[in-house]
Amino acid sequence: MQKPSNEALLWMLFSAGGVIAAFLVPVHILLFGLAFPLGWLRTPSYQHLMLLVRMPVVRIYLFLLCSVPLFHWAHRFRYTLYDGLQVKHLNEVIFTLCYGGALLGTTVAGYLLWKMA
Amino acid sequence: MNPPTVKAMPGYTEFHPRWYRPRVSVYWWLGEWRYLRFILRELSSVFVAAFVIVTLLELRALRNGPEAYARFLHRLETPTAILLSAISFFFVLFHTITWFNLAPSAMAIRFRGKRLPDFVIAAPNYVLWLLVSVVVAWLVLR
Repeated sequence: MQKPSNEALLWMLFSAGGVIAAFLVPVHILLFGLAFPLGWLRTPSYQHLMLLVRMPVVRIYLFLLCSVPLFHWAHRFRYTLYDGLQVKHLNEVIFTLCYGGALLGTTVAGYLLWKMA
Repeated sequence: MNPPTVKAMPGYTEFHPRWYRPRVSVYWWLGEWRYLRFILRELSSVFVAAFVIVTLLELRALRNGPEAYARFLHRLETPTAILLSAISFFFVLFHTITWFNLAPSAMAIRFRGKRLPDFVIAAPNYVLWLLVSVVVAWLVLR
């Protein structure tokens, strides 16, 4: 009998991360990466951002924004290396590095947001 | 000459038959625009991951206090950071557009026996995207 695969779960995470990234990441990069550093808009104050980040709902939002898209990256990047660069002989290493990275990022996000209170 | 015989159970052969597998160049995706576009779409995920790393650094700076946060903001103002942000922004936009435009292929919705046109399924995504972006910007800028 074939070993049950966790590919379905990983694909669900990939898909959910793709949705979160598609809807939310552009506005975040536009604001924090371009509009504030280039002076197009007034940079929000430290106090205002802390007020936001201390709200539990914002912390859950930020946790999902950081964690799930990393699994989206892990899935896409893994297959790009497999198919694009044809490095199939390194399957296990790539798998471990991609999903290990996503898990590490999730842990860091959880820790930082937990300590933010 | 005897006609070739077909056995129901082919016996042991010493040599494995060779599959017909033409070797594909590692650079197969460079030759044609749609292949390159596919690889660029997949690589957009690298910029998504980079965004997450920057966001985690920002959260750490926030946690370390106003001075640390001011240093972080200063680093985002360097030309390198702005260039990387601009490149990331375009890649992530590419991800958003390709993701939304895939929705009609992922769900073929039928209405009165006819398949809904692609834009009817894709369009609500764009409207929702705009709304969500406005809400995020409003909360941050308030």
